[in-house]
Amino acid sequence: MSADWLFLQLHQNAPIPLSLQISVRAGELLALVGPSGSGKTTVLRSIAGLYRPQYGTIHCRDDVWLDTRAAIDHPPQQRRAGLVFQNYALFPHLTVRDNLTVAMDQGTAAAQRTEALRLLETVHLKGLEDRYPHELSGGQQQRVAVARALARQPRVLLLDEPFSAVDQMTRKRLQNELARLRRRIEVPIILVTHDLNEASALADRICVLHNGRALQTDHADSLFRRPRSPQVARLLGHNNVFNGRLLTVNGQPRLRWGDQQLELATSPPLPTGSDVDWFIPDSDILLHRRGRPSLGERENPVTGRVTECVPLGAQTEITMRCQGGAQPLRLQISTHAARRNDIRIGADIRVSLLAEGIHVMNPVDYRADQSLNFSA
Amino acid sequence: MDWTALNISLQLAAWASALLLPIGLLLGRWLAATPMRGRGFVEAAVALPLVLPPTVLGFYLLVLFSDDNPAGWLWRTLTGSGLNFSFSGIVIASVIFNLPFAVQPIQRAFESIPPYVREAAWCSGLSHWRTFWRIELPLIWPGVISAMILTFIHTLGEFGVILMVGGAIDGETRTIAIAIYDRMQAFDESAAATMSLTLLIASFAAIGIVYSLTGRKPLHVR
Repeated sequence: MSADWLFLQLHQNAPIPLSLQISVRAGELLALVGPSGSGKTTVLRSIAGLYRPQYGTIHCRDDVWLDTRAAIDHPPQQRRAGLVFQNYALFPHLTVRDNLTVAMDQGTAAAQRTEALRLLETVHLKGLEDRYPHELSGGQQQRVAVARALARQPRVLLLDEPFSAVDQMTRKRLQNELARLRRRIEVPIILVTHDLNEASALADRICVLHNGRALQTDHADSLFRRPRSPQVARLLGHNNVFNGRLLTVNGQPRLRWGDQQLELATSPPLPTGSDVDWFIPDSDILLHRRGRPSLGERENPVTGRVTECVPLGAQTEITMRCQGGAQPLRLQISTHAARRNDIRIGADIRVSLLAEGIHVMNPVDYRADQSLNFSA
Repeated sequence: MDWTALNISLQLAAWASALLLPIGLLLGRWLAATPMRGRGFVEAAVALPLVLPPTVLGFYLLVLFSDDNPAGWLWRTLTGSGLNFSFSGIVIASVIFNLPFAVQPIQRAFESIPPYVREAAWCSGLSHWRTFWRIELPLIWPGVISAMILTFIHTLGEFGVILMVGGAIDGETRTIAIAIYDRMQAFDESAAATMSLTLLIASFAAIGIVYSLTGRKPLHVR
């Protein structure tokens, strides 16, 4: 087998569409993100053996857990997947310690109790081993659920929205704990979440799911700066996705956007004259300061008028209609910068679109996604 | 007080409860796990004794138990005696008549276990059998006790179906409920009153236990 510890490939059209291929290395944390109904939980349940997809293969290290073509479908008991349920699913009639020992299948009863205490110490629950689940807070219950999943000595750890049922404060603390705990876990971890901040803070790689299809699997930074398709950009909450046409001017690549010709940092692998979708991250839109020169202001300057200005705490979201008929641009600037530059609806402003940030998407990468989506 | 009749009644109730325990667990679990569409007929059949007149059930059992019928014939061939007007006959009649009292509380108890608790057990490596012993049974036991108490007490008070299938043979099929009727026919009101009061108190106590069991919620299922 390869360095990939867990490999899965799932396909089906109904009742829940699935089409994805994922591999996760040992010790790696992969986040599955997507809107509700995108199939995140179904993927997790398929790995655990609680859901059987129409077609698929799942390998974990040297074991085949599922191979529909060879009629192999191991039950959950034989898969050694530690699953943390969204609502934890603790056994209500068992103490915290027994919730753990019941999941252990090796060693004497005494050894299991010692191991349970060791695990409870890891998740900071020492001293609570004789409590019942209903005597614990939400955060404590979540920790028991994590400890129980580990008690099985899993070959893969699966977390289904593990922070969704607790309050904001507890969530932050539990996320930090997971970030620390994962360094001691040597198996692949898959985290299902709809919270992008959570995914980018905790995960090594993020897989964006939509309608059961893995649209892009990448490191957080690449994902946010180089989304593969307009759909991925929108699912990640980005608005600045535009249409343009590739040009070559004096041997340099250019992007025509409305009346503007934007410089590009690199030449996209597409023929001149192609109509393309392109994207620019918020971080690469620079507001020019009024009356004073700003850094990089000669790079792709765009003039426009503010049509919306919404302060959201420390950040203010601005929509500008650009001169030359280009599509409206949205940018976030700090609220104090907005105040200092007297930005309000109707004001004329100038921004630079940094060439380094302009990402021209390659239609070859995602036309196939769209055509498949239509047929489904 | 007709001690023989009371003894018959207690034995009958014990047999019916004992036989209905495994039947109730199996049927209740199956019904709780089966989608509404597939279980409709069985669920209706289990509930039928609640609305069917006992004499109607008794009539069909008499027909079924007779030697002309394959079932009755088979029983006689195997055991050497007939089912009609015998203790075995009224035990079988009681089991059928009490199906809803045994099955329904157990079914409700199984239904109250959220599906993810069972799935968590499988993902923790517990086989289906261990899941039943370690997880499901401890969670449903109030339902099981309720089912057994209801069956027991309801069997003590059975009249119509026992009279039809068993007649009123002293020491064999004459239960306490039938004894009360016989005493009244014989104008022995004080004996009837003693036995009636006994049944009243027993029934009241049983209902009290069942209510306190179904009302308790020490095992908070999230």
